[in-house]
Amino acid sequence: MRNPRRADFPLLAANPELHYLDSAATSQKPRVVLDAMRDYYERDNANPHRGAYDLSVRATERYHDARATIARFLGVADPDCLLFTRGTTESLNLVATAWGYANINAGDEIIVTALEHHANFVPWQQLAFARGARFVVCPLTSDERVDLDALRALVSSRTKVVAFSHVSNAVGTVNPVQEMAAIARAVGALVVCDGAQGAPHLRVGFDALDVDFYAFSGHKMCGPMGIGGLIGRRDILEAMPPYQFGGDMIEFVRDDHSTWNVLPHKFEAGTPNVADAVGLAAACTYLDGIGMDDVLAHERALTALATERLSHIEGIRVYGPPPAGRSGVVSFTMSDIHPHDLATILDQNGVCIRAGHHCAQPLMRRLGVSATARASFYVYSDERDVDALVLALDKARVLFAEPATSR
Amino acid sequence: MSGSERADLMELYQSIILDHNRRPKNYGALEVATARRHDRNPACGDEIHLDLHVEDDVITDVKFTAEGCAVSRASASIMTQAVKGKSREEADALFVQFRELVTGKLNPTPDEVRKLGEIAAFSGVSRFPIRVKCASMAWHSLQAALRGDASAS
Repeated sequence: MRNPRRADFPLLAANPELHYLDSAATSQKPRVVLDAMRDYYERDNANPHRGAYDLSVRATERYHDARATIARFLGVADPDCLLFTRGTTESLNLVATAWGYANINAGDEIIVTALEHHANFVPWQQLAFARGARFVVCPLTSDERVDLDALRALVSSRTKVVAFSHVSNAVGTVNPVQEMAAIARAVGALVVCDGAQGAPHLRVGFDALDVDFYAFSGHKMCGPMGIGGLIGRRDILEAMPPYQFGGDMIEFVRDDHSTWNVLPHKFEAGTPNVADAVGLAAACTYLDGIGMDDVLAHERALTALATERLSHIEGIRVYGPPPAGRSGVVSFTMSDIHPHDLATILDQNGVCIRAGHHCAQPLMRRLGVSATARASFYVYSDERDVDALVLALDKARVLFAEPATSR
Repeated sequence: MSGSERADLMELYQSIILDHNRRPKNYGALEVATARRHDRNPACGDEIHLDLHVEDDVITDVKFTAEGCAVSRASASIMTQAVKGKSREEADALFVQFRELVTGKLNPTPDEVRKLGEIAAFSGVSRFPIRVKCASMAWHSLQAALRGDASAS
């Protein structure tokens, strides 16, 4: 039987034979999210924060309520410390640019890990180059976890930033955020956590995580594309210069100087993305209805099942720690069949996986591969998806097998 | 998987392509070359080194090494066989035909299939638009080498 939750997702409900195993790239969207966005446009749409008429007041309230819902979901007591952005990439660029240029100087050090997505690697690398700082990549253990002893040895009084992912998008490693944050705190470094793969799958509890910044994307957690956020500590956000200038983010503008609006508006220049915020809030409510502990348990069960079944297929190597240390990601290679060939063959069997470097070229280089195949699970995945994956991989193996009568 | 999808897959991964992927022809480097290319597709990480020797406007020798999917490696292998001994003009004409074949603009007659030889095996690529780049990579390298462009990387 298929996962009954598929009925909540119009795209999956309309394609009963589809095996969508690329949720780490983007999740499918439940009907409640699509309905919430349509409802906003049909009933309450106006430019918020211009409250001269009732409709605009309603739009403002919808935006405000969305922020409060998402903040509650992510464990942020002060919703004004949750800034809406286009997504994780913009959030991380915001920190690296606005905080980075005000605080990083020649001789400083910025540490990232070898697990990072390019979005949590390149902004820091470029900041370091621009400011004459040192860019340091923390190595991994042999099963693609961050080497905490190495991190302890790398940090020093020169370390100004330690940036790392909550969960690796490429191999699924769940990082010990609090432990890593403590290592960074010990030397007074800013702690930045890329939560693009954390927020969709784990209970975040920002206020207890002890990080300074947490970045996330809406579209990977059942929300719409084009919205995400950055959660920051109030004192740091207030001390930081703005990221972009324009409407909404100003207080007073004079010919010779300008002053900035309060949080969160100071970092939200221009007309806000209300409909997507409303959609993301509906996504958080949907996930809350399942319960994040159940979300993770469901993904882990499928990850463990898939990993176990893949281990019986000749030539398969699965990357990352054992399933209990991963989110819903199974990243693998299969003997000498290139991941792109695998993806094409799987696609022809109705199985959607990602093949490539997963925007993590530094990690791929360390794994000694140019690409891996990645199957990733979410709340709507089920055992039939795993069956289809295993069956299609076996077909690929047969297709690529050396013929008995070779030349 | 429907019957037609299976047929598409069998046509893409037919034995000629799988054989060339396993045991590519003209694999390696030339000691003496008039042009050397190193090209990469940043989107998928595929990589090719192509060495070319041209004398009096004729491709007298060509060798390659490649890291990538079966389609890209087989295409490079079959290409090197097809263009060896050909003039620039003939190689250019083959590329035009190849491009039309993989983009589905050329539906070759039996006579054309004979002339195309093993290149005809790539007609199945046209059903997989995202794989056209894989099949074409070596040919783009060859074009650049014939033009004398410097490698991008």
